[in-house]
Amino acid sequence: MTWIATQIWLIPMLPLLAAGVIGLLPRRSDQPAMALAVGSMAGALVLSVLAFLFTLTHGGEEPARILTQFEWLRVGTAGAGVRLGFILDPLAAMMLVMVTFVGLLIFVFSAGYMAEDDNRARFFGFLSLFAAAMLGLVISNSLLLLFACWEVMGLASYLLIGFWFEKPSAAAAAKKAFIVTRIGDLGLFLGMLWLYRETGTLLFYDGGAGALEPGALAAMTTNRVTGTLTVATCISLLLFFGAVGKSGQVPLHVWLPDAMEGPTPVSALIHAATMVAAGVFLVARTFPLMAGGVDVPVQSGAGLALGVVATVGSVTAVFAALMAVAQTDIKRVLAYSTVSQLGYMFLGLGTGGVAVGMFHLITHAFFKALLFLGAGSVIHGCHHEQDIRRMGGLRRWMPLTFATYAIGMMALAGVPLFFSGFWSKDEILHAAWGWGPSRWPFILGAVGAFLTAFYMTRQMAEVFFGPHRGGDGGGDGDDHAAHAPATGVHESPRVMTVPLVLLAVSTLILGWLGTPAWPWFESYLSGHRHVPVAWDRLGHAIPLMVASTVIVALGIGLGWMLYGKRPRASATAADVMETRWPRIFAVLRDRFYVDEFYEATVVRAHRASSRVDRWLDRLVIGGLVLAAGALARALAFAVRMVDELLVNAGFDAGCGVMRWIGQGFSRIQNGGAQRYLGWLGMAMVVLTILVIWGWEGR
Amino acid sequence: MMALTLTLWISLAGAVVTAVLGRERPSVARVLALVSAMLGAGAAIFGAWQLGTPTGLVTLVRVPWIPALGIEFHLAADGVSLVLLVLTGIAAVAGILFSWNVEDRANEFFALYLMLIAGVYGVFMSFDLFQFFAFYELAIVPKYFLIAIWGSTRREYGAMKLALYSFIGSAMVLVGMIAMYVVAGLGSFDMVRLSSASLPNGFQVWAFPLMTVGFAILAGLWPFHTWAPTGHVAAPTAASMLLAGVVMKLGAYGVLRVGLMLMPDGAKLWGPALAALAVIGIVYAALVALVQQDFKFVIGYSSVSHMGFVLLGLAAANPRGVAGAILQMFSHGVIAGLLFGVVGRMVYDRTHTRELTILEGLSLARALPFAAVIFTLASMASMGLPGFSGFVAELQVLLGAWQSFPVAALAGGVGVVISVAFTLRVLQRAFLVAPGMVADGGGLTALDEHAGPITWAEKVGALLLLGTSLAVGVYPRLLMDWIDAGLQTPGFEALRTTMGWP
Repeated sequence: MTWIATQIWLIPMLPLLAAGVIGLLPRRSDQPAMALAVGSMAGALVLSVLAFLFTLTHGGEEPARILTQFEWLRVGTAGAGVRLGFILDPLAAMMLVMVTFVGLLIFVFSAGYMAEDDNRARFFGFLSLFAAAMLGLVISNSLLLLFACWEVMGLASYLLIGFWFEKPSAAAAAKKAFIVTRIGDLGLFLGMLWLYRETGTLLFYDGGAGALEPGALAAMTTNRVTGTLTVATCISLLLFFGAVGKSGQVPLHVWLPDAMEGPTPVSALIHAATMVAAGVFLVARTFPLMAGGVDVPVQSGAGLALGVVATVGSVTAVFAALMAVAQTDIKRVLAYSTVSQLGYMFLGLGTGGVAVGMFHLITHAFFKALLFLGAGSVIHGCHHEQDIRRMGGLRRWMPLTFATYAIGMMALAGVPLFFSGFWSKDEILHAAWGWGPSRWPFILGAVGAFLTAFYMTRQMAEVFFGPHRGGDGGGDGDDHAAHAPATGVHESPRVMTVPLVLLAVSTLILGWLGTPAWPWFESYLSGHRHVPVAWDRLGHAIPLMVASTVIVALGIGLGWMLYGKRPRASATAADVMETRWPRIFAVLRDRFYVDEFYEATVVRAHRASSRVDRWLDRLVIGGLVLAAGALARALAFAVRMVDELLVNAGFDAGCGVMRWIGQGFSRIQNGGAQRYLGWLGMAMVVLTILVIWGWEGR
Repeated sequence: MMALTLTLWISLAGAVVTAVLGRERPSVARVLALVSAMLGAGAAIFGAWQLGTPTGLVTLVRVPWIPALGIEFHLAADGVSLVLLVLTGIAAVAGILFSWNVEDRANEFFALYLMLIAGVYGVFMSFDLFQFFAFYELAIVPKYFLIAIWGSTRREYGAMKLALYSFIGSAMVLVGMIAMYVVAGLGSFDMVRLSSASLPNGFQVWAFPLMTVGFAILAGLWPFHTWAPTGHVAAPTAASMLLAGVVMKLGAYGVLRVGLMLMPDGAKLWGPALAALAVIGIVYAALVALVQQDFKFVIGYSSVSHMGFVLLGLAAANPRGVAGAILQMFSHGVIAGLLFGVVGRMVYDRTHTRELTILEGLSLARALPFAAVIFTLASMASMGLPGFSGFVAELQVLLGAWQSFPVAALAGGVGVVISVAFTLRVLQRAFLVAPGMVADGGGLTALDEHAGPITWAEKVGALLLLGTSLAVGVYPRLLMDWIDAGLQTPGFEALRTTMGWP
């Protein structure tokens, strides 16, 4: 089993080879393409599990860290080259297992979901490329190799989001995703250049000489750019800007919701296991740098960079959750929830360290994949209907999808004890609570938790409960029959529901790996494998657990109140919050034993602020991007004009003058070739004399 | 040892034989041309492989030429030459494959083509300044005829503009060259001796900008770049492939060999100014490319933008930057050649238009799937995606630039983002727009019936260029070991000392 530690590159190589072979297959070879993609992912999963077991059984107190390096290019004296390398440590091993497991299920699901698409072979080729890039990124021991995989993943996401490029919106979304993330990449790229200049290496770990090891860190944290701003902080912030782009944080989150234009399995892949997780992973991987060389940044609030990470994360968590409240597309609700949950991960990283942020990343990957695939199953069952106002009552015809989706929903909302999202989110809130510099991240996190519970309940109610409102605009609203309605809603085939069930089971199990009483996850990352169960630690956490339980209960309760109890009557009816808020106010006053006025203002604030946020998002930030684009275009146009009218016209005018002079001369000279050569010779003589004379004269 | 010199002789012989062939048999002419180009490329690759990674200058031929002036015929090669010789060989073969459909006066076309190639081979092996200049001119003259006779849009204008710009540059180089001969007082044009002659500072102060600008005009230095887009647009496919692929490299090569190698003091003084012009060129040309409506103009301006990276790396004048610049010469030669091949041959010869507004109505992704796939991959290579040669080249240029001029590196990075925008724009508009999405494109709705599907020659040419870019991108040491060794040769000693290289 130890061979895997040095042959870790095999894991991304399998899907990469699959992508290459699929690319060479004839266009219509669906079955081989599918077999190759799924088979390579299964192989990668087996190898990943082996690697994971290796890190588990690795002896010694320090966590396992096996490096394999090779020289990629060489310049100047020996040693000045650029080396790339791979790393196997608990962080990488955990990500490998998650990416391959979730990825494999998504691949299998795709076989069912894309069954009717003409270009399935191409689709599986792109999916494999995507997975290969993510796996490569996870095991990179070099910022350069990580960046390379990061970019290849950007390419794969471009190809997949724009997979149905006949749809103008899909083509536009693909372009937007690529360009917006590329703006973030510029930060990452510049950070990389700066890091290389400071340390002379791009390897993370290199037996003491790596960029993340004490020697280099000490230099970077003592060198200052200005005042208190250290080089380490500046580089960290540039790297984090890259993560902001890739993980859809404010203000670069605009591409993520649009990325829904891709096929649903792609959304699942982008939102759960790959792409957006890459940004969080980058911060986790470069954490020693982010923390500014401080060993235990937790509690002390050390490091400006981590403060920025925590702030951006907490603001995004609430901002995106507010937007999720007002969406009616089943996938868009999930998209905004992803943005929001990524904010939590950054909040966790910024306030609690690697283990806290990464635990949420892992649990989120499972339940968000579950939710997206569940949404895919719903969309498939409803014949590509995505508007939740036209759904309703689906639990009767899609029981399995309903049950699994409910598990995912409860995990996302943070329902206590049996759902993984509860444990991971609670750890983040716990860390934020204990964070020194400010209480705001915790407050924002708590508000976000409430909103999450609320909008997920709203979505559940609209999709699975109440009357079915599909078909002819809500006319069959009273259809309570046990059989499928005229629109032909049906449960999805086995190939799609089995992945759902497996993901749901994982969602139920995973949370137990990181409870306060038995923090196995944190210990595993730091290299301690024997973790005793300590109930007293649970005691300290109980007050916060109770608080977050109450928050979630409030969110779900309010959501159910507004949408579940009084289901929407028809697809065209206005949203409860939208038009009938006085009645909600009344309903609330009847049901809750809390300050009615406060609740009402929360609801009112919800509505107002979610609208404002959406408006902000659409007009201001979207507008800013548009304006920047327009400005660039205007500038480009002006430059072109300058180019054509001034620079070029100068040339043309110069030629005109020459021609004019030439005509003048030719009139005098009447075109004698010998005379002309004579002039030329004389000019050369004069020029040479001038040059020599000028030189002699000095 | 002699294999490298064969590149020159084979190309010259091919040019002569093709020229006397007569106009009636175009197919014989093109087969002959392809064979000589392939033999030339084979000689370049075999010769380079034979030399391994030479740590010094390897003299191939050295005979007196004009003894009275101390002029020699001196063919030699170091690692830097090897990289560019290999590029020339590959570009030459690909260019002929992409002009397989030339019927009109084919023998003259290919004769001029091979003449140009011979001149380029000659420049890259010249270590006598006078001989360098002679080959440089030899490469420029056929350009004019290739564009003026076989070109398309405003060909006389484009050809004349290119010729005038080139000759103005040449005149500047010529003046500088004569002055250098006189000032050095060696009675020789031997470039290695000139490099160690430590030319007086007062001379370098004015001669460096004179000769560098003279050469850099051909490399598309802003604001002397406008010949490039019009020239590219006017040129026939093969000529624009060569123009972007190798001829622009001649200018950059001149800046390296004459500017940096012979006048390092001047380079140190003028480095920031050159870097500024290079960066302006990168961003400016990318912005202009963003609003062009003509497919080939977009590629033409992108070429200017990417050549800016070469000049930026040279301006940085540190090992990383110069090595990156040389690698970027190779990379851009391959990628730009491919882009022009797709636009000029695969698309234009079948649609007879390059207007994006018309092309977007044609749904080329369905009509020409091979061209669409190749152009997509070429776009990725062009925008510097890891795995292709452009990434590792531009990365090194920016690493080098960051060490010398951090602001320039920042601006160059912005240029990379803009290049993503214009590349995706042209990719989507030219290939990915489905029918029915745009208003009827001026009545043109179908492809030229006579042009037929993509031919084997186009496929081989495209895969050759794409494979080269990919191979270098994945394993850059293929070329970097040569470049590295080349920069260690005695010729660069003065540059290394002046710039304080480790």
